[in-house]
Amino acid sequence: MRPFDYRRAGDVAQATAAAGDATAAYIAGGTNIIDLMKLEVSTPARLVDISRLPLHRITQTQDGGLRIGAMVSNSAVAADMAVRQRYPLLARAILAGASGQIRNKATVGGNLLQRTRCAWFQDISAACNKREPGAGCAAKDGPNRMNAILGVSGHCIAAHPSDMAVALRALDAQIEVTAADGATRLVAMDDFYRLPGDAPHLETCLAEGDLVTSVILPPPTAETQIYRKIRDRASYAFALVSVAAALRMQDGRIAAVRLAFGGVAPRPWNDPAVEQLLIGQPPSKDLFVHAGEALVAPAIGHGGNDFKITMVQRLLAAVLREASE
Amino acid sequence: MTETLKLDGPSREALLDRAAQGAIGRGLDRPEGPLKVTGQAGYAADARLDGMVHGVLARARQTGTITDHRLEALKAMPGVVLVLTDGIPRNPAQGAVPTAPPAADGVAYTGQPTALIVAERFEDAWHAALAYDPQITPVAHDLDPETAATVETPEDKQRADDGWQDTWDAAPTKVDVTVTTPSLTSAPMEPHAAIAMWEGDQLTLRGGLQMLKFNRKSLADALDMPVAKIRLLAPYVGGGFGSKLGVAQEAVAAALAAKQLGRPVSVVMHRRQVFEATMRRSESRQRIRLACDDAGIIRATAQEYRVSNLPGEAFSEPVARADRAFYATDKLKITHEIARIHRMAAGSVRAPGEAIGIPAFEMALDELAEAAGIDPLELRLKNTVEADPISGLPFSSYPLADTLKAGAKAFGWQHRPPRQQQEGEWWIGQGLASAIRGHFAAEAEARVSLTAQGAIVETDQTDIGTGSYAILRQITGEMLGLDPADVEVRLGDTAFPPAFGSGGSAGAASSGTAVLLACRALRKRIAASLDAAPDDLTLKDGHVIHGNRRTALAQIVPQEGWCEQGHVAAGDISDKVRTTTCGAMFAQVAVNAVTGEIRVRQMHGTFAAGRILNHKTATSQCHGGLIWGIGMALMEELHHDPRDGAVVNRDFAQFHIPANADVPPLSVDFLDAADDWGGPLGALGLGELSISGAAGAILNAVHNAAGIRIRDMPATPDKVLDALDKLGS
Ligand SMILES: Cc1cc2nc3c(=O)[nH]c(=O)nc-3n(C[C@H](O)[C@H](O)[C@H](O)COP(=O)(O)OP(=O)(O)OC[C@H]3O[C@@H](n4cnc5c(N)ncnc54)[C@H](O)[C@@H]3O)c2cc1C
Ligand code: SF4
Repeated sequence: MRPFDYRRAGDVAQATAAAGDATAAYIAGGTNIIDLMKLEVSTPARLVDISRLPLHRITQTQDGGLRIGAMVSNSAVAADMAVRQRYPLLARAILAGASGQIRNKATVGGNLLQRTRCAWFQDISAACNKREPGAGCAAKDGPNRMNAILGVSGHCIAAHPSDMAVALRALDAQIEVTAADGATRLVAMDDFYRLPGDAPHLETCLAEGDLVTSVILPPPTAETQIYRKIRDRASYAFALVSVAAALRMQDGRIAAVRLAFGGVAPRPWNDPAVEQLLIGQPPSKDLFVHAGEALVAPAIGHGGNDFKITMVQRLLAAVLREASE
Repeated sequence: MTETLKLDGPSREALLDRAAQGAIGRGLDRPEGPLKVTGQAGYAADARLDGMVHGVLARARQTGTITDHRLEALKAMPGVVLVLTDGIPRNPAQGAVPTAPPAADGVAYTGQPTALIVAERFEDAWHAALAYDPQITPVAHDLDPETAATVETPEDKQRADDGWQDTWDAAPTKVDVTVTTPSLTSAPMEPHAAIAMWEGDQLTLRGGLQMLKFNRKSLADALDMPVAKIRLLAPYVGGGFGSKLGVAQEAVAAALAAKQLGRPVSVVMHRRQVFEATMRRSESRQRIRLACDDAGIIRATAQEYRVSNLPGEAFSEPVARADRAFYATDKLKITHEIARIHRMAAGSVRAPGEAIGIPAFEMALDELAEAAGIDPLELRLKNTVEADPISGLPFSSYPLADTLKAGAKAFGWQHRPPRQQQEGEWWIGQGLASAIRGHFAAEAEARVSLTAQGAIVETDQTDIGTGSYAILRQITGEMLGLDPADVEVRLGDTAFPPAFGSGGSAGAASSGTAVLLACRALRKRIAASLDAAPDDLTLKDGHVIHGNRRTALAQIVPQEGWCEQGHVAAGDISDKVRTTTCGAMFAQVAVNAVTGEIRVRQMHGTFAAGRILNHKTATSQCHGGLIWGIGMALMEELHHDPRDGAVVNRDFAQFHIPANADVPPLSVDFLDAADDWGGPLGALGLGELSISGAAGAILNAVHNAAGIRIRDMPATPDKVLDALDKLGS
């Protein structure tokens, strides 16, 4: 571990001012960044502690949605009554991740911005384009069971590890970001993460010093919300694949559906074409098979993760079946 | 005076059967438990010695010959006081070996520690260790056991009975099953750690070590110094599971660095190093052929298997033995192949051999039962034996049939054909497997002092979380008529008489017997002071009852107390009987038809291992084995990178062991009966028994639930889905 400066920010302006260059990093719950610093995957010269920023509340928005402060712990989000009643998908996704202890420390902002668990990303002696642009990608020809099949490039096949973010995508959340100059903007989940392309080290739309301050949920539109995750043990494991669905039926047909997928892509994956294909249709086995086929049409397996291609289709069909019953 | 006993025949101690004090067998809490849960038990790396510096082992990134360690830059890094490259062993010593761990000759496996970097602060040493990048001329090595060029078949490990083929050919029912298991790891909670300190030519080393008597000799050999000049301290060890049987790199490196620097040096392996540079359990490919007659009696058995290790390692996973069998069979065939490959060293990991051999065998038995149309419980009952069918040796006790029957009753065994029970997406089924594990007697010594206040036990036996502190108290309490709370047990210090250590489940029986013998000598002293025969005394609650007199021990024992030693040596029992422990394990599982996930819903085990010394610690041991069985069946696997053999998943986030949600209610029973051949205690080794078969019970239940046979462990969701697809679901 390298020596670093530590500053505790008292308010948002202090935080963004202290973190406005490439050598700084925020620390919230610290459950991800400290591990990465020990492994010297992250080597910030300055840690800006944002854990005491006044972003610890969950409040109603004027239009009937929810604003969740970036410092609210994962446990607190999952336990919140409004979340559990109106966005059960979010609570379930969070509870499907990590362990009780980690969720107590982990924050909403940190969860969104946690780094990939790709084994070679975490090993500074391995070739990894995400860590070191141009170095190569050790995962492509290695035992890549945990890596992605959708949205990948020849430069990087890392999967985004978050469960919470998958739920947020299916719930059409927006992310509130405050820049170093104090300007605040709202970013849709779909625009928040970048795909690796030829620059896998660039993961989000955030600029240096940008601080996630809140996550904003629109009023829920779908009465049926489901989160299912397949993993290698019953708890405390990252997703092999996961599916989040928010679905509304009307007159025996699928009136509205939002889907998102975890464990399969460098970001919470979504595919508008798959959603379009379902809308207006009566549920049927064939329809769900068709949706699954459309979903994986662009998928690329790299050997160790080929199984995800069929696994995600199965899980999608089961989730749609349950949601449309 | 030392009370000595060589184990050559039955030697059961009647006092324990009488249990006047009632200390033996009781489920007493561990005396050190409160220290452990309040952080007061000092593990190896907990000491903070004056002037201590921190060493971190640095890994080589590829195999080959090191042409330049490139140390100049490292030495210039902040805080670095020493970089050591000579004398760091290639890998840990194997268990119960008195010689030095193997010397390094270049880099034999990816991740091998080839330098120790010592700095004033841990963080600086760690930083420099990450920067270590020696120049290596790569050497291409075999990495895959299936394609390895060198495959050894040691003669004493093979067997091919005359007429095996004819018997096989003639049998009406047979199965030919190949089971594969991956590399596994011990992954103890406490990483390997050592703090070395020299005073002149005297070395004191605090370490995470399981077998101090051997470790001391091994370290002396590695450092080329007299054994007597080394003191090892390991009063608390945070789990070992075989990985701390032998002296490892951190201990040797700490001792060498401390000597050079003249300061105490602490070396703690990083979790990732425990995963990649200590010992793995070899992967295995096991082909098992079983043939039975129309009555379901097994006539021919073949176990042909391949395991692997680094060149030069004498250990190879003893999946099955050429000289013994545990079920009926007329003819036996054993093939034991050792592929020489350059993955990290393979060594003893909890129940070496049986842990993967018995589950595979029990899976083959399940297939035989299906082929023969016999209930799997029934098939096992038909094939239990009184004597080893291969050597002809009688078992000292082998109540396998009794454990099967008792276990089946407790669990509610009711075998149905596969795919008979469904709950929504889940298929429900049940399976069983026998547990079988050899027992051996080992040499041990101990000292017991008796004073007016109570007794003090001293031996270099270790307690690696197993319960040595508890049971040695109980044995002493029972023998001397003391409340176990009045017995202090001191362990893990080579200044005390040498025991066997914690390995092969032999610790309790061997050190316990040494303690018992020392107590016998003390009873003689007490008897002599009363002019009585030792057998005529009853010792209870701190009093001696003799005839119609009851005298407080405090009035008999002199001010300075009495001190006696016990020494048990292994005799020739193994030429006369087979000492074996056994049990039966039952699992109910649910298999999800959509996701391929398997959940164990219930597990039960009934075990027989002679006298149970403490029902609570024994039950905990068996829980551990069952849980490990869940891990082995469903999730545990070291992933080796096919390109360089490296362990890819080298932390607990990536190497999955069962989490709380994976472990269902477990129940454990014992057939608690002293084995006459199990020394005076009548106790056999227990710890490793319950892992030896457990995974088989689960995978057999998976077949009963979903109709699929997963023969390639672990049964992860992708493999289950694949099998379900092939079945046409
Ligand atoms: C063993 C283990 C298992 C896990 N399993 C799962 C799982 O199954 N599913 C799952 O989803 N997660 C899992 N996690 C990950 C866990 O959810 C994350 O570690 C956690 O959410 C990170 O939150 P944090 O507040 O601790 O982030 P930190 O570690 O503090 O920060 C993480 C990153 O986010 C940045 N950051 C933090 N807050 C902000 C902000 N407000 N604005 C801008 N940047 C910010 C930091 O600079 C840093 O780069 C697991 C973690 C571990 C260690
Ligand atoms: S997949 Fe991405 S993160 Fe993983 S090694 Fe390749 S470049 Fe690095």
